Amino acid sequence: MNIAVCIKQVPDPNSPGHLDPITRLLLREGVELVLDPGDEVGIETGLRLAEAHGGTVRVVSMGPETTVDAIRKALAMGAANGTLVNDDALPGADALTTAKVLAAAIAREPFDLVITGTESSDGYTGIVPQALGELLSVPAVTFASTVNYNGQVLIAKRHTDVGTETIEVDLPCILSVTAGVNEPRYPSLRGVMGAKSKPIEWLTLADLCLSELGTKAPGQVVVSVEAVAERSHGVMYVDDGDGARRILDFLNLIRVI
Amino acid sequence: MSPVAHELLTKARSIGTAVVEAVCFGADAAEAASALGKYGARTVYVSTDPAFAELLWGGPAASTLASLVEEYHPDLILFAATNMGRDVAGRLAVKLDVPVIANGFDVAVDGSVSVTSSIFGGTRFVRTEFGARTPALVLVRPKSFRAEQTGQENTAQVVAVRAVVEECHQRARVVGTTLEGTAGPSLEEADVVVSGGRGLGAAENFALLEQVAALLHGAVGASRAAVDAGWAPYAVQIGLSGKTVKPTLYIACGISGAVQHTVGMMGAKAIVAVNKDPEAPIFKVADLGIVGDALTILDHLIVELKSREASSTTS
Repeated sequence: MNIAVCIKQVPDPNSPGHLDPITRLLLREGVELVLDPGDEVGIETGLRLAEAHGGTVRVVSMGPETTVDAIRKALAMGAANGTLVNDDALPGADALTTAKVLAAAIAREPFDLVITGTESSDGYTGIVPQALGELLSVPAVTFASTVNYNGQVLIAKRHTDVGTETIEVDLPCILSVTAGVNEPRYPSLRGVMGAKSKPIEWLTLADLCLSELGTKAPGQVVVSVEAVAERSHGVMYVDDGDGARRILDFLNLIRVI
Repeated sequence: MSPVAHELLTKARSIGTAVVEAVCFGADAAEAASALGKYGARTVYVSTDPAFAELLWGGPAASTLASLVEEYHPDLILFAATNMGRDVAGRLAVKLDVPVIANGFDVAVDGSVSVTSSIFGGTRFVRTEFGARTPALVLVRPKSFRAEQTGQENTAQVVAVRAVVEECHQRARVVGTTLEGTAGPSLEEADVVVSGGRGLGAAENFALLEQVAALLHGAVGASRAAVDAGWAPYAVQIGLSGKTVKPTLYIACGISGAVQHTVGMMGAKAIVAVNKDPEAPIFKVADLGIVGDALTILDHLIVELKSREASSTTS
């Protein structure tokens, strides 16, 4: 099975983000950049399918040069090779542009399955997997919480607005996985050493015949960024056995009881 | 009909001279459609094609919608920012080659369409303006607008449309569905939401939340961490990739309060947080914060609420 996993390098989701006040783009300086934790789940899903059914995992990403660190981590986990689309025209790209670039990079090689997270931890539009499906003319089984392959079809349980549904899908397809689907492995020392010699292909928009994406007028422009008025601070107590009592008093105060 | 449909229609008809029309796909679409007139839809385009139940929804829905766009040329399409909304909007954006703005909570039309969304867990508002290409596609978070009927006995004109099903859509088939209903009021409509996170430690401890919720006539919610751990169903996940709630009271138990969670509950009128970690960000948004063990405090709370209930029924 040829599996491509889309990954993104993001500012550490556990530290708050900042926007550049002039360009209104995400500031990457001074923030630790990490492989998106949601993408680690995608990589793990791909590796398990490849281990069980044969095949290899390739990671595909778009981003600044530092993204190579995120790709190396995926290679250390067990992916075979990586592709990075890096182009000066891409910073600030919207979700549609991102999907076009990733789809073009994926389509350079044969694929049976493309795995993504459900949304990135920093931009979280959550529409890139579906857009990839449309661009590559394949189904996009999104928000999947369990995934099985029986040698012929992929069977995935996914979250809908009202419950869950089980989908049986012929490959090739796009699969977006929720964080609960597995526990991603840590790269072993051997994996980390081995990753250094695994190939990473660098591409520009021109290599993908997508140069026009860099010159096209943006479809959307950020016009303002404002701080939200903070919620006024409440009161805080350390529980001395009176915690429940204090909650009851508060419920009384706001007339919930 | 999902309440968010009424919210979006209410917003749409508030936009200047807008002609508001709705699109509704699925087996029950026909019955649901005419009632949308009460919220301002003049016309509802409906397809009850079995494809919407038998195949993965997003493909046929996007293709059918694309055929309607081609025929009627709308300027703006509002979708609910839910899994189903995203499945359609993502594919439609490619078909029409127009951008999508996601996670919006307000929409303004003043020459061009602009959308306000929150980033970094609701600490910043960002206003984004669409370029000239139409339609503008916006994913709006549920509960962003209050649904209001027009007050007139309007019935929408229902127009049957033909579903567009492509070859690739046939390759993803629905072979089973489970509805995740819960007892008591629905999470979105409950006045009180009692929510649990990783700090609850185990799936069985969610029973404590159920008890407190029942005693307060509320509903149980969960953080993504708890849902990912399998302790609660996704249907009750609150936050960015789950539901948005705006109850009178939100009680967060063992939830650290990552930005991805707080964006889904910041609209609560009052917030109570219980967490072991005094540094947990949830305390920054809480009106009452208790640093302590959630399980112990929940146990006490259940005892106190039960004795209250007992004394009020005997008196």
